[in-house]
Amino acid sequence: MSTTVSFARRGLSVVAVLAVIVGFYELYHWVWASTGWTHPFIVDDTSMPHIWVILHALWQPAQVNQPALGTILFHKSLFTAKEAAVGFALGAVIGFALGIILAHSRLLQRGFLPYIVASQTIPILAIAPMVVVWVNPKLPAGLQGWGSVAVIAAYLTFFPVTINTLRGLQSADPGALDLMRTYAASRWTVLWKLRVPSSMPYVFAALRIAATASVVGAIIGELPSGLQSGLGGAILNFNQYYSIEPQELWATNIVAALLGITFFVAVVAAEKLVVRRAPENIA
Amino acid sequence: MSSYTITPGSVGRQAREWVPAIAVFVLAIAVWQGAIAAFHIQQFLLPKPTAIVSAFWDQRHTLWPAGWYTFKEALGGFALGSLGGIAAATLIGRFRALGNALMPIAIAANAIPIIAFAPIFNAWFDPLSPNSKMAIAGVLCFFPVMVNTLRGLTSVSPRQIELMRSYAASDLTIWRRVRFPTALPFIFTALKVASVLAMIGAVVGEYFGGSYDALGVLIRSKAQILDFQTAWAGILVASLLGIALYLAVALTERAVVRWAPENRPS
Amino acid sequence: MTGVNVVEIQSVTKTFPAGNVTALENIDLTLTTGEFVSLIGPSGCGKSTLLRVIGDLIEPSAGTVTVNGKPAKQARGDHDYGIVFQDSVLFDWRTVAKNIGLPLELLGWDRAKRKQRVDEMLELVELGSFGEHYPWQLSGGMQQRVSIARALAFEPALLLMDEPFGALDEMTRERLNLELLSIWQKLASTVVFVTHSISEAVFLSTRVVVMSPRPGRIAGVVDIDLPYPRTVETREEPRYFALVTEVRELLRKRGEHLLPEEEAALTE
Repeated sequence: MSTTVSFARRGLSVVAVLAVIVGFYELYHWVWASTGWTHPFIVDDTSMPHIWVILHALWQPAQVNQPALGTILFHKSLFTAKEAAVGFALGAVIGFALGIILAHSRLLQRGFLPYIVASQTIPILAIAPMVVVWVNPKLPAGLQGWGSVAVIAAYLTFFPVTINTLRGLQSADPGALDLMRTYAASRWTVLWKLRVPSSMPYVFAALRIAATASVVGAIIGELPSGLQSGLGGAILNFNQYYSIEPQELWATNIVAALLGITFFVAVVAAEKLVVRRAPENIA
Repeated sequence: MSSYTITPGSVGRQAREWVPAIAVFVLAIAVWQGAIAAFHIQQFLLPKPTAIVSAFWDQRHTLWPAGWYTFKEALGGFALGSLGGIAAATLIGRFRALGNALMPIAIAANAIPIIAFAPIFNAWFDPLSPNSKMAIAGVLCFFPVMVNTLRGLTSVSPRQIELMRSYAASDLTIWRRVRFPTALPFIFTALKVASVLAMIGAVVGEYFGGSYDALGVLIRSKAQILDFQTAWAGILVASLLGIALYLAVALTERAVVRWAPENRPS
Repeated sequence: MTGVNVVEIQSVTKTFPAGNVTALENIDLTLTTGEFVSLIGPSGCGKSTLLRVIGDLIEPSAGTVTVNGKPAKQARGDHDYGIVFQDSVLFDWRTVAKNIGLPLELLGWDRAKRKQRVDEMLELVELGSFGEHYPWQLSGGMQQRVSIARALAFEPALLLMDEPFGALDEMTRERLNLELLSIWQKLASTVVFVTHSISEAVFLSTRVVVMSPRPGRIAGVVDIDLPYPRTVETREEPRYFALVTEVRELLRKRGEHLLPEEEAALTE
């Protein structure tokens, strides 16, 4: 009973928040367009198309004899979601394993951690073409194309997971560690019975960041790979027609935003199922 | 992306701490170079480290000015986004109700692949001007800084507030003497993340079109003509500049937030 | 040293709307200059709430509180009291000297005057050589002494202490009890002291106010007629034991209100 009430309330607040955002957008458009302000940029129906124009575009075919843009974007977002999900899973597993390995040795941490940090300063978009050229020929036929994009998504996903797994494994209560020692528990037992459970809140905090990062990685990975089946390809495509039909790029970006939020919400929901005891700390 | 802090200590101890990292570096370069020779990997797939380094040196008069051009965009975006994030968090922290209303928006915005909006920023500002890159880098920096600053401002202990109220201190005084210092470690954690995002944001923004003086454009055009040595050398420049900004923030943190547990002299 | 009322509490009631808890009901209490009054009782009896009502950190639902003849709110604005909490509440980014000097900065004292007073305070709590240390470099007992020095720095007429030694070990606690008494006698200030410990309350106070929970009321007041200065030997005198027993009996008499673990906590 109370859960349905809170569910309804949450749904209502989402609608309210959306209304506020749309309201601000249109208000900004109206103020800037009517006063003719040009700072920081010129506002017109090209730079900021009306919300209803964008929504309307979703029901229209982007080209003659094609399904509606919304339908197309839905299929493209499923494709990108597949890349992102595989990249997320790959990155999460690798990141977690790396965290566990590094947690066992100060020497390994000193040797590798600086490079793991430095790896994130590499602009992924710049190396994506090379990753695609490099990884693609080694993939089986079923993974051709999107498989290499998933690898790029994994590259962005693994980092926060590694860092937070390491921090979480080290966060185990010293008293509990002493207790385990009195049981003469092996390193392995201590790891699975104590360190991993106490690392869970940290790991999930990282997975929330990683969820968005995997979508970013999938979209970015599609750009240089020439893949037209996903949202990244659509962004690149509609970008060229922006001056004529800006609403199509906007619609694509809104779908991309929804995909990112969906991934985030999915991880939060999974966290609620797994870490029931931990205090709620979204953000 | 979380922070990785370097453990402070004496110079000698610090030097010894870096020995494993240097060993890994030397080993990795040797394996890379050796593997290319041993397996006859084609140059366009993965150039030898020596080839990258020689491109890095030969083209230094093109690469570094391009890097500096992009670095300025990143720096501008970093400054704008971070200051904006701190200001927004201060405002939101001051008015609880406003914060509660805006928090879901901030969380949702944080989950959005903002980089996908780079083309729109290019359309808003002239794609050839640095402003569009500054804007995208700024937006990328804004959200982590805002969320972390807000978390810092609200993590003040109730006792500390009671103490200040016992002195009849004003809200402004409480902010300046208690909330802001408490938030500083949180702010620096976010600034370190933002420093890396700013450089990436600028390079990605340039991918969708930018001045020929810019590093992102250079990397892209070199990769298109399969000059991967120079492309990799450009990536190296971007990475080095990103690391430089990160280290600058980390060193500032150590000078400013000397009281944080990880910065305390043992 | 007698006669002037420092704190006057008249029929104060405090209810918290959340959970509809009556933390304090109809409290009357008057403290005169130089008194050392302990508030003792099980958790939930409202002793900490009463302390905060005196300090105008919590507003009473009904009744009036005056401090130095003024409404509590005005007294807070005039810096009429210093406060010490269970945890020392020191600011990590300030040195010990700067922590003690914080209230003086807020009062707008100039640097030279501030330094002089901070040095005096450091001497008073016997931390003369620790001024430039940071809080985390000190032990728990030392941190609490800094906190006391900070509360006394601007010479308030009234000192409010909320279980200041509750988190310390027994030996440190007894030593700080002696130090607190000697400071109190030197400065001739008035102290309100919240504690869980019967022996501590009896050892320190001129009066012990015993409180009972649900709703928070004054169950009785015990005058402590042990002579000052009190020393280590005081704790071995028959009169001391008699008074401890008297306070304990008062708490017991209200025992029907206590949960078992609350009663256990009081039988030290």
